[in-house]
This record gives sequence, structure tokens and C-alpha cells, in this order.
Amino acid sequence: MTTPTQLAEQLSTTTLLRFATAGSVDDGKSTLVGRLLHDSKSVLTDQLEAVEDASRKRGQEAPDLALLTDGLRAEREQGITIDVAYRYFATTRRRFILADTPGHVQYTRNMVTGASTAELAVVLVDARNGVVEQTRRHAAVAALLRVPHVVLAVNKMDLVEYAEPVFAAIAEEFTAYAASLGVPEITAIPISALAGDNVVEPSANMDWYGGPTVLEHLETVPVSHDLTACHARFPVQYVIRPQTAELPDYRGYAGQIAAGVFRVGEPVTVLPSGRTSTIAGIDLLGDSVDIAWAPQSVTLRLTDDIDVSRGDLIAPANDSPAVTQDVEATVCHVADQPLTVGQRVLIKHTTRTVKAIVKDIPSRLTLDDLSQHPAPGQLVANDIGRVVVRTAEPLALDAYADSRRTGSFLLIDPADGTTLSAGMAGASFAAVAQAETPADDDAEWDF
Amino acid sequence: MTTVATVSEGTANPYALSHLDSLESEAVHIFREVAGEFERPVILFSGGKDSILMLHLALKAFAPAPVPFTLLHVDTGHNFPEVLEYRDRTVAEHGLRLHVASVQEYIDAGKLRERPDGTRNPLQTVPLTEAIQQHRFDAVFGGGRRDEEKARAKERVFSLRDEFSQWDPRRQRPELWQLYNGRHAAGEHVRVFPISNWTELDVWQYIEREGIELPQIYFAHEREVFNRSGMWLTAGDWGGPKEHETVETRQVRYRTVGDMSCTGAVDSDATTLDAVITEIAASRLTERGATRADDKMSEAAMEDRKREGYF
Repeated sequence: MTTPTQLAEQLSTTTLLRFATAGSVDDGKSTLVGRLLHDSKSVLTDQLEAVEDASRKRGQEAPDLALLTDGLRAEREQGITIDVAYRYFATTRRRFILADTPGHVQYTRNMVTGASTAELAVVLVDARNGVVEQTRRHAAVAALLRVPHVVLAVNKMDLVEYAEPVFAAIAEEFTAYAASLGVPEITAIPISALAGDNVVEPSANMDWYGGPTVLEHLETVPVSHDLTACHARFPVQYVIRPQTAELPDYRGYAGQIAAGVFRVGEPVTVLPSGRTSTIAGIDLLGDSVDIAWAPQSVTLRLTDDIDVSRGDLIAPANDSPAVTQDVEATVCHVADQPLTVGQRVLIKHTTRTVKAIVKDIPSRLTLDDLSQHPAPGQLVANDIGRVVVRTAEPLALDAYADSRRTGSFLLIDPADGTTLSAGMAGASFAAVAQAETPADDDAEWDF
Repeated sequence: MTTVATVSEGTANPYALSHLDSLESEAVHIFREVAGEFERPVILFSGGKDSILMLHLALKAFAPAPVPFTLLHVDTGHNFPEVLEYRDRTVAEHGLRLHVASVQEYIDAGKLRERPDGTRNPLQTVPLTEAIQQHRFDAVFGGGRRDEEKARAKERVFSLRDEFSQWDPRRQRPELWQLYNGRHAAGEHVRVFPISNWTELDVWQYIEREGIELPQIYFAHEREVFNRSGMWLTAGDWGGPKEHETVETRQVRYRTVGDMSCTGAVDSDATTLDAVITEIAASRLTERGATRADDKMSEAAMEDRKREGYF
């Protein structure tokens, strides 16, 4: 038992993990989330009482843990989740931000939103049904968004007599499918969210399983990969110039390191201008440091007085991205109004927003079976498709596969500011190269 | 003051950030995005711990230059004197500019009517909205956190409001990666919540780490209070206690600071930051559940107030 003092002390040295859950009510997602929150003692008495009250009013016997965050009137009235809910909990080892994405309404939009900031995704499967269409869709979103870690939670093991062969077959099928999409790490865990097996406590019913529980895995999975292997990227957010008597010449470029590591003395290139300089100093929110890394917010100072402003990208001189006005990407369309060929849009990439035009929509992708539908003409809400965009000014764009932060962008309606689409530059999936080119023969029957 | 990133123990990765460093970096990024994209941002500053935290983060985000935002306090007229004193001292210390929108002035002018229960929290919406319109603020920083309340759990970091400040939860823009879309039409504005992802415990741990000074009412002290609907309210000019309510002296502290008429104190021995953190880690009640009468009015009290333009 951990005392509050221990919890407080240990929390001061913990890391933060952002993860997303995908699955429907039928898979037991609410039960799993409820159990994670409840068993980690993150649901407080007044919250639980409010949920019990509301459940009783609706004639339900057991407290409906979905009501914990289905906080909007429309959600309670209709008994559905209409939006991504963020939930917060902590153990002595880690702080968690859970993006809980609803399974039915606007599922693609919500899953893509939740997965965009997640370092881990939990995909739920009902052990009785195995890998179904929806499971493949969830795996595809995780692969598309390049979520580094995927957990397959095979739920309701109690309903299949905790049988190892059932779990093994599902785990094997899912792992093969997800690996074929390029998901780098997959951990399969047999659970019963209802009975509590392998969620927080190890199961007494599945001796054959020697791996971690869901919570143990969440607590120990690495939160960031090897940053030194990443391309270092620094989008400039704001120029800090105090122009005071004490600091007449201070000129610092404020931003959050998007990827990799920066060091004092390192030669850098400023894009899109291509001018070069050297890092003279790094200010880390009040302290001068020699080295800084993603995702720290810092202020860089350069040795040369060159023109740098918001929207520019600072990168190592020997490892800077190409600048381009032609963007090929996969987008998830998130707005009610469609995206059409020829449409004028704004593209928001890192700290830079420029005018652009949609030159082509070569294909639309069906997530269930990854089939390609050539030349759809437009994308509507929750569609995923390939787009070709021409920008009015050059962008320093990475492939999303290399850098989630500098390979992603939004398409925005210039008239009313609506966020139209979420874009990922470069190839859709890491592993299925054939999915990149629209199949022109046997995929035709799909229409 | 520790500002150097603490590398987490028990992990082989030397580049892992502590959760407080991650949250700090995220909030600073949000402040800088707003400074880069908006013309007239303002920070809502009440002298409560969340607004004090926001100001601290803004100071760090733009140092060594001054904060490029003004402050706005929506003053219910039912303030704790310690908090007003803190507010004025802080404003002077950092050379900031403070606007005050006064609920009392609206009541005196007949533009707002006092509620029968004496609570003025819901009355803040009109002065807030009119101050935003009058000063043409286009970005308004609020200290709201998603862990506070279930309607807030669905709030975006950048939340678009129409010219009446109204929030429509079904028309929110999806928020992906760290790309915040702040486009808005003339007359509209964006509410920005830089500490959306912080919990109450995070706020207190960060306040301790950074050595941030808080108004004394956040720490245990003797106070004349009376019980109303299970909460300890401070006796004062605002209209409490009523005839049947008896005043007693108790050792209490405040977990949240708002309008005196509906912000309750909790019994506490916590006189130091350490003790407060231990108390919160052990608490079985949320801070709003324990201290806010206005949220107990109905299941959707906060959602309804937010739709009308509340913080």
C-alpha cells in the first residue's frame, strides 16, 4: 500500500504517457477504462456518487462508468459519446493522459484525433469474436498515425474459459495484420475487464500467461524513442526581443523542439531561406543549457544576426529537410463540408500557415480492408484519402513516418476557419507499399 | 527555483522528461502560439492558484522580455481580501496592466440582478463578455482544467466563441497533434486553456517545485465559518450567515478560490505546501465537489454556464 506522501514524492520524478483506447462499448471499453481508473483509485467519491445517482435515474442497476466523462447533456440524453474524452490518472510510476475515443459516432475523426498525440494505443477485441472488421480499422488508424506502441487487449477471456488457444490465435492474427501495416511494436494481453483479470492485478485464471498486466505495461513502456536517431527540428514560434537597457541586443527564437536534440555550437540552417548560422546559446525557460531535446520549450540564440521569424524552421546544417511546394499526403477528412479537387485552402504546418490549392485527390482508402478507390473527386467527413496539394510558399516538410510533428498538417477553410482535414506527408503505411498506388484492376469490383 | 529538466529515474532513456516538465513545455508552447497568432490576447486573472500558475508560465515563456498580454479580472465583489491584495501586488511587481470588470457595477447600474441565493458566479458571464467586446480581445486565456469537471473534459485547448461568447460543444474543431487552429471571424474570439492537461495534484507539485507564492487562504488557518449545504462558507458582507446558520471558528483552508458566497473551505491542518500536496493525494473528493456550491445545482450546471459564455 502506498501512502499519500509516497505517492506525492514518487510522482515528482515520474514521466507522462499519452495513450488512446479504441473499441466499442460491446468490446467492454468503458469497463476497461472504468477499471483502470477505479483500480488505480483515480475515481473520487463524489464522482462515483454522481455516476451512481445518474445511473439510478436512468434505471441502471450498476454504475455506468461511461458517465464519468460523458459529461455533455446531449451525450447523457442519447447515451452515446460524441467526442474524445480526456481522462487523467496516476500511479506511483507514471502519470497518464488517456484519450478515450468513442466507437461509433464520427469514429474515424475521433480515433485519428486521439491517436495523433498518443504514444500507445490500446485496441480491444472480444475474445468470442476475434479480429473483426472494426479491429482491422483500429489497427489501420494506429498504423497510419504511426503510434509507436500498440496493445491488443483480448477481452472477455472469462467467457471463453480463459483458454490459451483462443487468445493465441487472435494474437497471432492481429500481430500479423498490424505488422503488415508497419506497426513497430505489438503487445497482446489476455484480460477480463469485468472480472479484473490482467488489467491492474495479474490473473489467477490464466497461469499460461507470463506477460505484464495492462497497467504494468502502461507503466513501463518507453515514453520516447532514441532522440539522437531523429532528425532535429525546431519550428520558430515567436521572436523574443526585450529591447531593454540591460538587454538591448537580445534576440531569441522561442519554440518547442519538435524532434531530436540541439546543442550549443551546432551549425544550423534556417528554412525556407536556407541561411546558415550556429547555435550561440539555448535558454531553457530561465536556465542556460548546452543541450536540449524534444519536446522541451526553449529559446535558441544564433551567432549571426540573420532574418528569422515565426514560421521558419531551424534544423542541423547537415540534416535539414527539403523545402517543397508540392505536398503528397494521406489526409483524414474531419469536417462536415467536403474537400474537393480545385478547392482553395490554408495549410497549417508547424508554425507556418500558407495558402494552398487541392490539385488532386487520387484515391480514397477503405480502412476495413485497405482497398483503394481511385479518383473519388471529393472526400467527406471521416474519409481517408490521398491528396496532392500545391502551396503558395515553400514548406520545410518531413515525411510523417520520419517525424510526426513536422510531417503533419491541417487543411483549413480560409472563409470560416473550419479545420477540414488532418494530413500526414508521404506514404500512408510503413509496410504495405502496394497500398500506395491505386489498384487498377481487381479492386474495381469494390464500387 | 528548479528549471532544469529532471531526468526520470528508473528509465534507461536520458531524454525522458518528468511529467511536470512535459506539462510545462506544453503550456509554454500554447502561450507562444497565441502570442504569435493573435493581436490582443488577455489572461483571466482572479488571484486563484490556476491563474497564478498561468501567469507564472507566461512569465517563463517570454523571459527575458515581459509578458505580451494584459490581465483581466472579473470581480464578483465578493472577494477574499487576501486574494485582492495578492492580485494588486503581483500586477505591480511584474509591471502588468490589469483590467477589472466589476459585477457590482453592473448590479448598481441595474444591468444585472442579484440572485436570491446571493451567488454571483453565474453573474460573471455578462461583464466578462462585454469586457472582451469592449477591449476587442481576440484570445482569452482561462485556467480551466479538463480534470475539474466533466463538461470541461470535452473542452478544446483552443475553444472558439461567437460574439456572445457562447460555446457550442457539438461544433468544436477537432484538435490534432500540437496544431491549434485559432482562425476566427471579426467579433469572435478564442478561449485558450494552456493548463487543460494538468490535474490538481500537478498544479500543487509544480507550485512547490517552482516556489510560487500563493495567497494565504490556500493554507490551513483559523476562520469564522458557517455550514451551508455541507460546505464551510466564510461569514462576511456578502450575505451570510442567515438567521438559522451559526458561525463557528474552525481550522480550514481553501482548495479553490472564487466568489465567497459559493466557495467552500475544507477542514485542514495543512499549513505548508508539502502538507497540502499530501492532503490532496489522499483526498477522496474532487476540488469542485468539495468546494463549489454552484456546480452542485444540476448535472449540467457547468455545461450550461459554459454555453452562455462562462470561463
